[in-house]
Amino acid sequence: MIGFENVRKEYPGGTLAVEDFSLEIASHEALVLVGTSGSGKTTLMRMINRMVDPTSGRVHIDGDDVASLDPVQLRRSVGYVMQASGLLPHRTVLDNIATVPVLRGTSKNEARRRAHELMETVGLDAALARRYPGQLSGGQQQRVGVARGLAADPNILLMDEPFGAVDPIVRRELQQELMHLQRDLKKTIVFVTHDIDEAFLVGDRVVLLKPGGVIAQIGTPQEILSDPADDFVASFVGADRGIRALHVERVDGRDVVVDADGRAAGVLESRAAAGRGPAGDGPTGESTRGGQPISDQPASDTPTGGQPRGATSP
Amino acid sequence: MNGNPYLEAFAWLGDPTHWSGPSGIPMRTLEHLGYTVLGVAVAALIAIPLGLFVGHTGIGKGIAVTAAGAARALPTLGLVTLFALMVGIGLTAPMLAFVILAIPSLLAGASSAVESADPATVDAARAQGMTEWQILTRVEVPLGMPLIVGGFRGATVQVVATAMLAAYVGNGGLGRYIFLGLGSQDYPQMIAGSVLVIALALVLDLALLLTQRLTLPRGTRPA
Ligand SMILES: Nc1ncnc2c1ncn2[C@@H]1O[C@H](COP(=O)(O)OP(=O)(O)OP(=O)(O)O)[C@@H](O)[C@H]1O
Ligand SMILES: [Mg+2]
Repeated sequence: MIGFENVRKEYPGGTLAVEDFSLEIASHEALVLVGTSGSGKTTLMRMINRMVDPTSGRVHIDGDDVASLDPVQLRRSVGYVMQASGLLPHRTVLDNIATVPVLRGTSKNEARRRAHELMETVGLDAALARRYPGQLSGGQQQRVGVARGLAADPNILLMDEPFGAVDPIVRRELQQELMHLQRDLKKTIVFVTHDIDEAFLVGDRVVLLKPGGVIAQIGTPQEILSDPADDFVASFVGADRGIRALHVERVDGRDVVVDADGRAAGVLESRAAAGRGPAGDGPTGESTRGGQPISDQPASDTPTGGQPRGATSP
Repeated sequence: MNGNPYLEAFAWLGDPTHWSGPSGIPMRTLEHLGYTVLGVAVAALIAIPLGLFVGHTGIGKGIAVTAAGAARALPTLGLVTLFALMVGIGLTAPMLAFVILAIPSLLAGASSAVESADPATVDAARAQGMTEWQILTRVEVPLGMPLIVGGFRGATVQVVATAMLAAYVGNGGLGRYIFLGLGSQDYPQMIAGSVLVIALALVLDLALLLTQRLTLPRGTRPA
């Protein structure tokens, strides 16, 4: 468990990045920090591995104040996927992935063997093992970054906009892979993004931040979508623009989900076709919001053409 | 001795009697090289650790820059004479001067090498759990190696050109030909000595330039 207690961060020079932030993150939970640029997401995340020390307040991991832990040992035990991949340019892909295990004393051979496995896990062609980061595409670099974060099998994984630099298709692919991984690994993940769709896809819980690290709302994606705390949240999740207020229209005998502007968002499959629940006609004509039915249906039945919500299915 | 002194200098260089014995060209070249290597090596022992420290921590940067600038401005012949008056004739006085002459380039090379590392890369290394020492030795130094070698290059070229002053206070080296020639108005010998110093300087410069290329880390070389 990770806890923030009345954390404040004022950078030298006077920027107040975080005013007063408190939060508890459960073990095995995927928590997403989402907010506009400069709202303090990276600052908060880097307090967990002591890359930033709070001006006041406490951060603890499993009851230990991180300020009492040796920063080097702490950083080796926490996986960190950085905003701009942060790979070492003079080391091969394989050695970049093996960095932390080697620092922790694993033999080079063993660490490289494991790095090879991780390349497969994150969907990297084995032929790239001997390349240098400068010889990779942005998406490949980010996969290497994810593999490096996982290499020492940390309980906590920090991911700072890990898929920021890739096109939407690759991004979707990486998100899916992360969710598959998380199903097996059950890490405690703290994930930063400013993409609300990604936040809802990845997060068991989502924290919406205003500038200064002020929590605008915290809850499951369903909770936030169905009941935005204020106009800021409503605008951030797009509820006010109608892109989350979906309804179903019948076109050529199929149920098409349409947003408030009349743009088709996807096709509604019957629950039977989705492999779940009794066969039915689907909630034809029934109003849904944000792709999340307001009714008590499981999230994975979400009838939009949007991303499946595998990670949060019960 | 009334021909073209430059042609005579080449005749002097071609004379086989000048290529053997303790005052022959090979021996004098070796002495000259020895002074250079010794001076640069002693300077490196002081300047490299200091430069790496200054570059990594930023501590004492102002002082280092000022001191290096001042050292560069010192007249070497004056230093050699001054030290010789203090410690007497021998190798100590010129060696002290060479060390002082070599330090600024080495110091600047080492500190700029460390400073040139991309802050994001250093931050990433730290975030993965490298100690400050590991960041220095595994990230900053390998990435900055060409600049460190560049410092050696600058220092070496300066010392090799100045090492003839060793002969001024009674030592060997290629400076012997120059000061002997000067004393006896034997201009061909003086010119030959100068040519040899220049040639040695060029060879060393080229060798270090190649080393600089070779130390550019794989992965950062242009494709
Ligand atoms: N090292 C630093 N020194 C001074 N100010 C900083 C530093 N790092 C961040 N800040 C400032 O603190 C505030 C929060 O920055 P932070 O990086 O946490 O934002 P963020 O939410 O991660 O933004 P982004 O989405 O752009 O990555 C910003 O105003 C930023 O300029
Ligand atoms: Mg950030």
